[in-house]
Amino acid sequence: MALAVVIFLLVIGSIIFHFASPWWFTDIAAEWGSIDFTINVTFWVTGFVFISVNLFLAYCVYKFRQKEGHKAVYEPENHKLEVWLSAITALGVVAMLAPGLFVWAQIVTVPEDATEYEVMGQQWQWAYRYPGADGQLGYADTQLVTESNPFGINVEDPRGQDDIVVAGPEMHLPIGQPVKALLRSNDTLHNYTVPQFRVKMDLVPGMISYLWFEPNKIGTYDIMCEELCGIGHFAMRGSVVIDTQADFDDWIAQQATFAETQSMAAPNIAAGRAQFTLCASCHGAQGEGNQALNGPKLAGQSAWYIERQLKYFKEGVRGGEGDTNGQAMVPMARTLADDNAIRNMAAYIASLPSTPAANTVSGDIENGGLIFDRNCAACHLDNGKGTWYTDAPALAGMSDWYFVTQISNFRAGIRGLHENDAYGEQMVGMSTAMSGIEEIEDVAAYINTLR
Amino acid sequence: MSLIKALTEKPWEHKGVIGGLDPEGVFDTASEKVALVIFLVIASVIFSMFTVSYYVRMELPDWTPLSEPSQLWINTGLLVISSVLFQWARSTVSAGKQKNIMTAFIGGGVFAILFIAGQLLAWQDLQAAGHYVTSNPANSFFYLLTGLHALHLLGGLWVWSKSSIRLLSGGKTEDLRLSIELCTLYWHFLLIVWLLMFAVLSNT
Amino acid sequence: MAYVPLADQEQELSHPHSWVTKYVWSQDHKVIAIQYGGTAIAVGLVALVLSLLMRMQLGFPESFDLIDPSSYYQSVTMHGMIMVVYLLTALFLGGFGNYLIPLMCGARDMVFPFLNMLSYWVYLLSVLILMASFFVGDGPTGAGWTLYPPQASMAGTPGSDTGLVLMVASLAVFIVAFTMGGLNYVTTVLQARCRGLTMMRLPLTVWGIFVATILGLFAFPALLVAAVMMLFDTLLGTSFFMPAIIESGSPLDYNGGSPILFQHLFWFFGHPEVYIVALPAFGLVSDVLSTHARKNIFGYRMMVWAIIAIGGLSFIVWAHHMYVSGMNPYFGFFFATTTLIIAVPTALKVYNWVLTLWEGDIRLNAPMYFAIGFIFTFIHGGLTGLFLGNVVIDLPLSDTYFVVAHFHMVMGVSPVLVLFAALYHWYPKVTGRMFHEGMAKLHFWCTFLGTYAIYLPMHYLGFLGVPRRYYALGTTDFIPESANDLNTTITIAALFVGASQLLFFINIFWSLRNGKKADPNPWGSASLEWQTPDTPPVHGNWGDELPTVYRWPYDYSVPGAHQDFIPQNTPESEEPTADEVHFDPDQDASKANT
Ligand code: HEA
Ligand code: HEA
Ligand code: HEC
Ligand code: CUA
Ligand SMILES: [Cu+2]
Repeated sequence: MALAVVIFLLVIGSIIFHFASPWWFTDIAAEWGSIDFTINVTFWVTGFVFISVNLFLAYCVYKFRQKEGHKAVYEPENHKLEVWLSAITALGVVAMLAPGLFVWAQIVTVPEDATEYEVMGQQWQWAYRYPGADGQLGYADTQLVTESNPFGINVEDPRGQDDIVVAGPEMHLPIGQPVKALLRSNDTLHNYTVPQFRVKMDLVPGMISYLWFEPNKIGTYDIMCEELCGIGHFAMRGSVVIDTQADFDDWIAQQATFAETQSMAAPNIAAGRAQFTLCASCHGAQGEGNQALNGPKLAGQSAWYIERQLKYFKEGVRGGEGDTNGQAMVPMARTLADDNAIRNMAAYIASLPSTPAANTVSGDIENGGLIFDRNCAACHLDNGKGTWYTDAPALAGMSDWYFVTQISNFRAGIRGLHENDAYGEQMVGMSTAMSGIEEIEDVAAYINTLR
Repeated sequence: MSLIKALTEKPWEHKGVIGGLDPEGVFDTASEKVALVIFLVIASVIFSMFTVSYYVRMELPDWTPLSEPSQLWINTGLLVISSVLFQWARSTVSAGKQKNIMTAFIGGGVFAILFIAGQLLAWQDLQAAGHYVTSNPANSFFYLLTGLHALHLLGGLWVWSKSSIRLLSGGKTEDLRLSIELCTLYWHFLLIVWLLMFAVLSNT
Repeated sequence: MAYVPLADQEQELSHPHSWVTKYVWSQDHKVIAIQYGGTAIAVGLVALVLSLLMRMQLGFPESFDLIDPSSYYQSVTMHGMIMVVYLLTALFLGGFGNYLIPLMCGARDMVFPFLNMLSYWVYLLSVLILMASFFVGDGPTGAGWTLYPPQASMAGTPGSDTGLVLMVASLAVFIVAFTMGGLNYVTTVLQARCRGLTMMRLPLTVWGIFVATILGLFAFPALLVAAVMMLFDTLLGTSFFMPAIIESGSPLDYNGGSPILFQHLFWFFGHPEVYIVALPAFGLVSDVLSTHARKNIFGYRMMVWAIIAIGGLSFIVWAHHMYVSGMNPYFGFFFATTTLIIAVPTALKVYNWVLTLWEGDIRLNAPMYFAIGFIFTFIHGGLTGLFLGNVVIDLPLSDTYFVVAHFHMVMGVSPVLVLFAALYHWYPKVTGRMFHEGMAKLHFWCTFLGTYAIYLPMHYLGFLGVPRRYYALGTTDFIPESANDLNTTITIAALFVGASQLLFFINIFWSLRNGKKADPNPWGSASLEWQTPDTPPVHGNWGDELPTVYRWPYDYSVPGAHQDFIPQNTPESEEPTADEVHFDPDQDASKANT
């Protein structure tokens, strides 16, 4: 009895939950309304089955529960009924499948006029490539990947010279133009998903997969990785901006071509040295750091990392609210006039000799090592030296007190959550690997041993 | 009773022991044999999965076909002889005879051992020619498939050795009849697998 | 040369003499079943605890800091793998299969008792290897239960060396154990049924387990093949699955392999595997429903055909797990079609369960509660499967929590409800005691309502687009804040359900001593296992003489009969029918000895 009522209530409750819930697909932003249509058809068919079969079940339980003097009916089978039921079910299946296959046919046939672009996934970052003026992508291969050629484009291939390479996680697309995304991976499986576009596909190393869609709404959308790709999987984010054609053309024009990235002039270290005098007052003459002034050690850090951080300070991505020490860096970074000045500075800092900073933090090295090996080494490497590949800076040899502040900032959301901070959010997620200040100090103590 | 008929029978309609039949075994043979046949089906699934993978992997660009060492032809001969001897042993037992059973049964096993030794030689030849497991997927598959086949054969030899010991220590052939039959079946199966595998390996 | 019942080959029936041979190195299928079941439930509890740890992280990311990203992925992996393989597969086949097949077939034991015993010990070994991986180097693998290469063996995945090797080794050992057990179950069903027991007179439980075992015997080899090649790749450096890739910035020494090939092999195993845990549940629940509804199972033949059809079809739908894997998209047409076709035989089973209740005389006791609860959750979970099977809808939903909700509803809840239904239903036969009915019902309400509270909202996380296998959600533009509230609710429900499982354990252990003594056939069941001379059945099951079967196992409420059930081994003395064949006891006895 109770059971019959509960089943009845669960059916009603599920319906109410469904209609009352604010949780549903996010608004679509591509021409795949037909997918939503199929979802709706399936929803109504299955919804009908769910309600009718379960209500019938509840009715049976209620009506035929054991009662005095009541006896079950002996009925081994009713072939006619079974045939009817199969037929109706088959009909329901066809009603769902037919539109599904029809839409799938559209999904597998890419329109002739679709423009191509390439999405490259690697642990745990996105990067993109556009074909440039000739409309063709140059030949690329994982085996050709180096720090200065992260796409592994064959330098010999003339088609590749004008390719636009975007090494950051943000990409742009024009509205109203069908596009075909070619998907490539440098290491493991990833998955290119933009929920607003409805379509998704895996990136498979060793081959090129694809999908296509036509964006129809201006805006910025998150790119998620939805195939388990290791420990940073949940933190592998990108974003796609849908622009008007004009805005898109402007944006593309600002991006470097492959040839340009390969022929960039070497940075001017001397110019960097000249400007460093200002910095030396806080960071020390050799960039060795000065705890009293809250200036962390800089020597030992790679140029690409320093460059990014300086840009972030300059643009206010770092050094915002709550970051008292960082705020001091903002005006300093702004004294660097342009990207070139930043490059020169970064190159100079990278050239400084690195002697490990003094230990100021103590903790349980063993526990710290455990945490580090399990979680941090994936990006910052076992030896804590960091690598351009995962965009993770060197930790070995850094000022330990600075380490503690930064992790605390990540944990508090002071660093890493700025909307233009393309890399910091990973660390916001990862910093919870340490449960509190004690474990942070344990890790700091362990990092002190890595030199 | 045919399968369709069996499955469409309406069990609620008749009561009693049906048709005077003894419906105990679906198959009119020893359960050991039924189990062995099922096992052979499983083993075939394993080998065919590998073969499918082989063909899929072959399509990929880095595949360099391997030229099989000629030793394999000799080995094939050894395995055929082994199978023939087993067949001989089997027909001897079913005819209820004692004569030559030792030669046939034990000889069959010995030739199988020779076959495995031959396979090892073939491996050595390949290694000597610089074809290591990792050099190329074709090589990897070669080692994998031949190794797997040899492992199956070793499993068979284990059963064979137990029966042989019983035979040598004066066991009655009548008691060993089932064992000999099953060994023979297994050997024929492995011979067929080997022939198919050899064909696949040398034609690609 | 038909199979000769064991009792009639004195020398072969190993009579246990000491405690050790009786309870440890036992060849008695019933003892082995209990060993299997106990071990499976014990590892199941490990998996349960892991799931709760995961839920704590997802529901309360800030306040409870129990696990770090690494251990999150390890937990997900071990949770999934243990639940699917080491708990459900082992419990349904090793536990229930072992206990019920010989009894329901009227046999004294499995055909190969020694192999059967070996099967358990090898299974235990596989469990130990698996558990060992918690204690080595960086712990168990965190590659997801799907173990996809290349990521499974790459830096950046926890447990990518020792953990992975132990996992693969444990699976290989499990497969060996399964094969040994499986050969037994299949051969016993085929060859060792007692007199009069035709295949179409078998209870659906036996059919479900029988077909599931065959699926397992054919599907596990695919996993074995994949595992072997993966081991070669990891340990020897071959390139079966490994393409040229970069690890932490430097190229690895692989070239040309195909990760998608692994996925095909995995799912060629993986999809039948989900039916390996579903079919026994279908069978068991049919018997529970029929017994307590006091009505024959409706459409027995259709039920058998559906089991066979589902079993067969399950081998040609595997790539529905790979719609977004980058495989040739044209496969989508084929696999979407086969996947939805499988809904038809499944739907028939559902209809027939409900129609069994129709015009029945339903006793609403605890096993029946669980069985009816199963129908409800299975319909829910099956229908969401149709979303995923329809390839275009899978595009937005694949790899989101919708998938997680689907398979928990259909695999984490439904078969688990059947498990409990079956454990309660057969408890009196296994232990000779009744369980505490009130406590069992309370356990039902907590589990049924609790799990629905976990998984109904989870579908909506999926609609929102929350990806699965995410340690933390971070911030996105499309997931509203309120998703966190959903997550918190789900976690609370999960903790509640987890804790409420104590009721089950208290009940079974308490009743072992204090339960009412059970009748040999407390439910008035018609099938053979309830007709044993002793309760619990002793070694050899049937006393001096094997039973003879005269009818199908669903003679409930037969018109004109003076009882509302007629056991399978009751001769048709009352109410003879037209096509009845006369039975001659003398002739019968002589045949049993051939
Ligand atoms: C017991 C286990 C079980 C069962 C029975 C099923 C049953 C089904 N499953 Fe499920 N499935 C899993 C376990 C199971 N699944 C698991 C574990 C995964 C995830 C693995 C992973 O990635 O980790 C998964 C994932 C999964 C996917 C992949 C999703 C993805 O990764 O993107 C798909 C896609 O097709 C799918 C489909 C189906 C379908 C169509 C059924 C059908 O068989 C369902 C049929 C049943 C019904 C339909 C209900 C009854 C019918 C009626 C009452 C009448 C119907 C009437 C009409 C249709 C008119 N399942
Ligand atoms: C049978 C299978 C089964 C079962 C029972 C469960 C039970 C549960 N599962 Fe899980 N789950 C999987 C199979 C199962 N799961 C699989 C295959 C995956 C995918 C892994 C991967 O992605 O690699 C997964 C993944 C998974 C995730 C996704 C993680 C992610 O993607 O990030 C989550 C998250 O909430 C989750 C939660 C739970 C919870 C809260 C429970 C339960 O605690 C809910 C309550 C259920 C019960 C209370 C039943 C209790 C009974 C037992 C556990 C048996 C013990 C036996 C007896 C007592 C007889 N599971
Ligand atoms: C998924 C990859 C990843 C993992 C795993 C990871 N990090 Fe990071 N880490 C990064 C990236 C990327 C940055 C650079 C952020 C930025 O540019 O602001 C970074 C920056 C840092 C910084 C700031 C350095 C500086 O000089 O400002 C510290 C400290 C740090 N990580 C410590 C850790 C610790 C400790 C762990 C382990 C718990 C860890 N990281 C795990 C990717 C990772
Ligand atoms: Cu990349 Cu997940
Ligand atoms: Cu499936």
